[in-house]
Amino acid sequence: MPAWLRKLPLYLLVVAVVIWIVAPFLWLIISSLSYKVDLLSIPLQWIPRRITMENYQELFLYQGSFNVNAALFTSSIINSMVIASVATFIAMILGVLAAYALARVKFRGSDAYMVIMMGAQMIPPIAIVIPLYVVLRKLNLYDTYLGIVLVYQSFILPLVIWLMRSYFATIPAELEEAARIDGCTRLQALVRIVLPLSGPGLVSVLIFAFIASWNEYLYAFIYSSVTAKTLPVLIGEFSTKLGLEYLRIASAGVIASLPPIILALIFQKYLIKGLTAGAIKG
Amino acid sequence: MNSSGVLRLSLLERTKKLFVSENWFGFSLVMPALIAVFIIVFLPFVDSLWLSFQRHDLTRPQNDAFIGLGNYINLLGDDRYLGSLRASAVFSLVSVVFEVVLGVGIALVLNRKFIGQGFVRGLMILPWAMPAVVNAAMWKWIYNADYGALNALMTQLGILDEYQVWLANPVAAMALLILANVWKETPFTTILVLAALQGIPDTLYEAARVDGASAWHQFLYITFPLILPVVMVTMLLQTIWGFHHPFELAYIITGGGPYSSTELIPLRIYAQTFRSLRFGYGAAVAYLTSLLLLIPAIFYIRTAYKKIVEY
Repeated sequence: MPAWLRKLPLYLLVVAVVIWIVAPFLWLIISSLSYKVDLLSIPLQWIPRRITMENYQELFLYQGSFNVNAALFTSSIINSMVIASVATFIAMILGVLAAYALARVKFRGSDAYMVIMMGAQMIPPIAIVIPLYVVLRKLNLYDTYLGIVLVYQSFILPLVIWLMRSYFATIPAELEEAARIDGCTRLQALVRIVLPLSGPGLVSVLIFAFIASWNEYLYAFIYSSVTAKTLPVLIGEFSTKLGLEYLRIASAGVIASLPPIILALIFQKYLIKGLTAGAIKG
Repeated sequence: MNSSGVLRLSLLERTKKLFVSENWFGFSLVMPALIAVFIIVFLPFVDSLWLSFQRHDLTRPQNDAFIGLGNYINLLGDDRYLGSLRASAVFSLVSVVFEVVLGVGIALVLNRKFIGQGFVRGLMILPWAMPAVVNAAMWKWIYNADYGALNALMTQLGILDEYQVWLANPVAAMALLILANVWKETPFTTILVLAALQGIPDTLYEAARVDGASAWHQFLYITFPLILPVVMVTMLLQTIWGFHHPFELAYIITGGGPYSSTELIPLRIYAQTFRSLRFGYGAAVAYLTSLLLLIPAIFYIRTAYKKIVEY
């Protein structure tokens, strides 16, 4: 039996895997680039003979002019960007400090704090949604950036701590000890020695946190109505209310997927390392 | 004056010592994050427990009262709740079985040498990175009764004679909800198992081949035991997530229907709280379900925690 024939079953399996992973998303992209009449024909044409950007244009400009729905779509993209960036930034600062202490400093109760952080992730979001709703209403933080950014810390902060902690553990402690003998304080050793060495770890955790906040639905759905509405919430509304506007939903879905998918593909090596180190979801 | 100067100095020294001491340093670094998590996660969680002992209906505030375990007792006889608990259990457990079988299977394929291996492995991250709400909208479009790709594919392949209204059938609706979930969650298992597979030294397989072990026996006695811990962790996590996280999936694809057959727990809680405005009862649903998941959660924390200690 020639070598290529022996490899044939393997390649057939690989092709099956690729189709399974790619086909649904590819269909979403094809749909978003199609004319409605072409997609609604029976039997269905899988590869369209002509493509259009019409569906995308309609999201931003309704019938050639800017209108309320188009304004809402643009502002939801901006909201998602701002909320995900600020939430990630805050979680990185608080999380990196805590993770460093948990990985490096031997102090009373450090194990207990680690279990607390892990326990926080085991609490279902829907169980804390109700009291947080009442609190946000009282503090006038309902439907504000700040309210959602704060609530997002509930899942990003433990994620950052958990992942950064396992990354810090891989950096040799001798380097810090040498710096401290040279007169650095612990904080200086962290800022001048450990953080510069943690570049890849910081980047991967940053991407994880950003993707997790960008994709979040439930909190944003419940805690926003107009001004802080994020892109996932708007897409949810499209697909529960718009009825037949499948193509607009498809193009909005493609737009919402692009940032996380592009980031994930660019930084996949780091992300995969982070996933395996932390055994945790973004 | 002299004595007070000495006192001041020693106080300063003591503060300084305290400041540089490991305990204080570690604690002060963890403190901000700890306070944040306490305020945003644990306080509401405790508050939710308190709420679950109350009758607190926004539509009938005059009836608000502390009723102890009243909500919980009502829940045990609430068919809608028990039905959604069953739906969640079916959704979560069937999903996990497919995620593990497919996830491990795909990992075994991708662990072999072939042209384009890096590219195909990279593709696995695509469903994982996609927003869950887009995943839901995407599958809803595929399942569409009139123009969906599923109907088109199955009629063109000759499996079906005519288009089906898939989501009107309780069994099909649940199966398709699980399919959408499995597509998104399987890569997580694959990525973890693939990493575990790469950690197995080739010498083990060489030795087994010298001893004449078949491929099946190599899998059974070398590969399987070595990937088992990772598989266990992903199974626990994904069982818990299956109860906690599929809100947008079910809300968008089926809306809990038909006849509440896919009304998963998060949907039930949402309906009780934000539709019926029964905050106390909604909190009790959330709490009782969390308690049921406590056992897998503790198992997960213990396994993961052991991993930390071994580090």
